[in-house]
Amino acid sequence: MTAALLEVSDLSRQYQVRRGAWPFGRTATLHAVDGVSFQLQAGRTLGLVGESGCGKTTTAKLVLGLVAPTGGEVRIAGELLPATRSMEWRALRRRMQMVYQDPLGALDRRLAVGRQVMEPLAIHGIGEGTAHRAKAIAVMEAVGLAEHHFDRFPHELSGGQRQRIVLARALILDPQLLVCDEPISALDVSIQAQVVNLLLGLQARLGLAYLFISHDLRMVRQVSHEVAVMYLGRIVEQGEPDSLFATPAHPYTRALVSAIPAPGRTSRRRIVLAGEPPNPVDRPAGCSFHPRCPHAIERCRSETPLLRPLADGRRAACHRAEELTASLAA
Amino acid sequence: MAEPLVSLRGLTVDFDTGKRVVRALHGIDLDVAPGESVGLVGESGCGKSVTWLAALGLLGRQARIGGEVVLAGRNLVGAPTAELERVRGRRIAMIFQDPSSSLNPVHRIGWQIGEVVGLHRGLTGAAAEAETLRLLDRVGIADAARRLGDYPHELSGGMNQRVMIAMALAGQPDLLVADEPTTALDATIQAQILELLGEIRRETGMGLVLISHDLGVVAENTERVCVMYGGRIVEDAPIDDIFGAPAHPYTKGLLAALPGLDGPRRPLVPIAGVVPEPWNLPAGCSFAPRCGDRIAACEIAPPASELLAADHHVACIRAVEGRTWSRA
Repeated sequence: MTAALLEVSDLSRQYQVRRGAWPFGRTATLHAVDGVSFQLQAGRTLGLVGESGCGKTTTAKLVLGLVAPTGGEVRIAGELLPATRSMEWRALRRRMQMVYQDPLGALDRRLAVGRQVMEPLAIHGIGEGTAHRAKAIAVMEAVGLAEHHFDRFPHELSGGQRQRIVLARALILDPQLLVCDEPISALDVSIQAQVVNLLLGLQARLGLAYLFISHDLRMVRQVSHEVAVMYLGRIVEQGEPDSLFATPAHPYTRALVSAIPAPGRTSRRRIVLAGEPPNPVDRPAGCSFHPRCPHAIERCRSETPLLRPLADGRRAACHRAEELTASLAA
Repeated sequence: MAEPLVSLRGLTVDFDTGKRVVRALHGIDLDVAPGESVGLVGESGCGKSVTWLAALGLLGRQARIGGEVVLAGRNLVGAPTAELERVRGRRIAMIFQDPSSSLNPVHRIGWQIGEVVGLHRGLTGAAAEAETLRLLDRVGIADAARRLGDYPHELSGGMNQRVMIAMALAGQPDLLVADEPTTALDATIQAQILELLGEIRRETGMGLVLISHDLGVVAENTERVCVMYGGRIVEDAPIDDIFGAPAHPYTKGLLAALPGLDGPRRPLVPIAGVVPEPWNLPAGCSFAPRCGDRIAACEIAPPASELLAADHHVACIRAVEGRTWSRA
């Protein structure tokens, strides 16, 4: 196997927060991301799923170097991503771009969309200014827009078209990696499919790698070669999507999969988890999922399970993963 | 079908924007039987929320409402405010997508539920507090007595939605209209809230109108689905028919755009084009410009809703002419 395009090892980000009203209270440590490792090859997609506050977006920002890690490292094609915004950081940043959830918020409302698409070329000082417009139009055409959209403003475009503009702006620097943070959540169902198909087409054509963050497990399965499930800042299960969705090894993955409403599944018993994810500041001892876990045993309360490989090549952080998958298969 | 609890007849809504009058609803006909659960699905701007806001007179002055909303023999459209107030919350209650913006941020939740209990049931003092506690307990808020003194910002989104449901239940309504009740919530919390609504329905026999853009949510929680597009109901059918034998090309398109959970991955089939603007609807069927089955007749006049099979209505010329073979 060639060196991974993106290599994340033991990445952590902590925040100091104050609990209780100022000037009282004590400071506490919030582990937004805690020891996350994964690799992503060129041309492949890693889906990152989990509920709000689980650290998905922080992971994305760490990968792009928008937030400095408190521990661990990010390597792009073997090169270490610097923690500070130096020239090296800028050079590496050209190779990875971000696609945001809310296209209207990600675009400047007072600038014609075509100008926004070509702006990255000016920022990175690439090519002659006169060639920028032609390049922008070429990229806009690649995402299914036309030249006449160049002078439009964001409010004149539909939601799907705006997201195409955001994509075009990300693609104009010929990146190798796109970090897509909930790229389709703000779009209508019929438009979501258009954008997902576009993402898949671009990947096939340009060999892009995607870090695809979403809470929509159906879409994640549709686009991902590998899926990582996060809970309270840690990856609790990671593997190939078909087996992960069919026979989840971690009880949290199981509950997430079972929570997807699906036509014609009414007969199946849904796992409804008790309670809500705890505040990441008060992360429970042992396995952080144990207070909500229907299968928790004594060991789960004291010993933190490590993310370890299972027989089928998947990885899960659960003491009882083997027992649980065996009971599902049965 | 039993005598409907509420019956919408030719409901229309026009918004006067000052510059022009825009028609948002083009004649909605919808009956909800007592205890029935009906899903309303469609994309943003299709009129699914406006339908029920209009029915309850919640749209404000720029909206002109036509047609009839019949509840217990009385037409609510144009009814005096006093009469509407006896219906809202008591006969038909409504909950919304974002619970934290529907609750008053400067009042404790106990006070807010107590107010509703007082208004609808005339309870005061200890009786009101006891009822508030019972309601909070009913919607699964642990340690209800302590929670009474909390402000909405101290509760999570899921807890706030439970508070909203408690307030909706305070008037013991016959029908609950839930407008995207779980869209702002996480997947595992969505499952909890939907389970709670189902439980309450089984217990009280309350009817439910579930408005959602998510076909899956509607599939699991309702018996019947109305698919809306461009301010009209384009298909109205029992849940099994919608998923097993969808007739309208738009319904088929929505299903094809939804990726599966198991089995081989097939390429998604998106619906081409975009939803037309309400002030720029085509003369004929509003879905015609995006429709692969379009014929010349589709572009002349909006198709009427016709009965395709038992309880299955569809507003599509092509589906109706093809009924003999498509149902085979």
